[in-house]
Amino acid sequence: MSLESVPLDSVNPPAGSAPAVAGTPAVLTPDATIPRRRAVNGFVNRFLLPFPVFAVFIGGWYLVTWLALTPQQRFMLPYPHEVVKVGFLNWSNLKDILEALRYTCTVTFIGLGISIVLGVAAAILMNQAKWLENGLYPWAVVLQTVPILALTPVLSFFFGFALTSRTIVCVVIAFFPIVSNTLFGLQSVDRGMHELFALHRTGRFTRLWKLQLPAALPAMFAGFRVAAGLSVIGAIVGEFFFKQGNAGLGTNLSVYSSRLEGERLWATTLVASLLGIAVFVFFGWLSRRVVGRWYQPNRG
Amino acid sequence: MTTETPPAAALRFAGVSKRFKDGTVALADADLTVAPGEFVSVVGPSGCGKSTLLRIASGLDDVTGGEVDVHSTSVGYVFQDATLLPWRSVRDNVRLLAELEGMGRAERDRRVADAIELVGLSGFEKHLPHELSGGMRMRTSLARSMVLAPDVFLFDEPFGALDEITRERLNDELLRMFVQRGFAALFITHSVAEAVFMSSRVLVMTPRPGRIKTEVAVPFAYPRDPEIRYSAEFAALCGEVSHHLRDA
Repeated sequence: MSLESVPLDSVNPPAGSAPAVAGTPAVLTPDATIPRRRAVNGFVNRFLLPFPVFAVFIGGWYLVTWLALTPQQRFMLPYPHEVVKVGFLNWSNLKDILEALRYTCTVTFIGLGISIVLGVAAAILMNQAKWLENGLYPWAVVLQTVPILALTPVLSFFFGFALTSRTIVCVVIAFFPIVSNTLFGLQSVDRGMHELFALHRTGRFTRLWKLQLPAALPAMFAGFRVAAGLSVIGAIVGEFFFKQGNAGLGTNLSVYSSRLEGERLWATTLVASLLGIAVFVFFGWLSRRVVGRWYQPNRG
Repeated sequence: MTTETPPAAALRFAGVSKRFKDGTVALADADLTVAPGEFVSVVGPSGCGKSTLLRIASGLDDVTGGEVDVHSTSVGYVFQDATLLPWRSVRDNVRLLAELEGMGRAERDRRVADAIELVGLSGFEKHLPHELSGGMRMRTSLARSMVLAPDVFLFDEPFGALDEITRERLNDELLRMFVQRGFAALFITHSVAEAVFMSSRVLVMTPRPGRIKTEVAVPFAYPRDPEIRYSAEFAALCGEVSHHLRDA
């Protein structure tokens, strides 16, 4: 057997590789056709299928407003076209919403950034020392379950009613999925891989850097994605309570709801949801960019 | 320069026993020797502690009795599973152990290129593990160990998950590397034909608790012609090993 020949057991030979050994059965590469079909299916599934649901949702909205509410009650849930007309087609109203969106984005991204740094760091520490995990993890769970409402007086006393307190609320809400997913990812590295590193007496830092962190990336990104959605909620909840400083979406929600301005309330709510969807989609895209090359969740 | 005479054994087990914490006795009084440059296979019923032999030889597990000597500057270990890092290309996977051992860059790159050529993966350096067949993943795993030029090589059923054709092909190629590099090999398998084809001695183990029951010498000289698989003598040897296994 000559050294230059392509191994018989090969699949997907690279373009321009040595010609197959004479007598080699044609190499089967069904993969070549699959990505395209998958891409088309992906497009249909991801972008077209949600539309019927959207239509049903809007139809249901009209029905509820029309049937369940008297004209005097409709300020609570105005017709969708009223929401669009007042909230989005009136420039001064739209400008309020967009400006609020900007501040909410600021809180969201600062809070998410802090959550990612703290969450990943906490998970690494817990992974490195079992006693830290045992000591800290239950409190991470508690942090997740404590009603944020209960914290607001204390937060406002120490950190005031503006950006700092808003960001803290955001971090408290977004922190946990990052810790738990990162920890899970670091801990679910294949035992065989650990033994391979152990055979070469690899230090724990090298093992963390070359084995555990890369292996944990898919789980970490799943956590970031959930946390991104939660940090939008965190920012809005924070603004709802801490109203000093620039008005964010949460601030406006609170104002509009107290003034019974249904149209602007719902327009703001829709924008807040869109922001949540946008960060969720962004992290999905980022995840595919970073780990999609080698990590394929089992689908199809 | 050392004045020591080369040791008679690259690998020696004397009365080795292993009892796990749950009370299972994996090995009882196991004796075996692998001389430098010798290829020895171990066959035995599943669960007889074959893999435990290797785990002990490599230091992954310790013994509960007996003595183990490994005379080696570098031990290679090929697992049942290719254990490649899925985010690293073939080349980067092959480089891994050299990286962990802190080998200099120039030396490392040269050895990585050699090892990739040795296992026949030239042209596939940039492929990721999920783009490779099982056989090619195993080649990558072999190359990764070859980079460190081990003088003692432990194989834990490395080709057990492969189809017959791929397995025979990799057997031929591994023997070629063995002849070229001259390492001592302890090869675990549950394929009798593979054991006979590869080694100069086949050790047969008893069911748990495992001990070495008997050994069958294989007289074929290296390098071996793949065609010896179809000789009457080869068949007779396989028959002999199989009989020992059945009576084990």
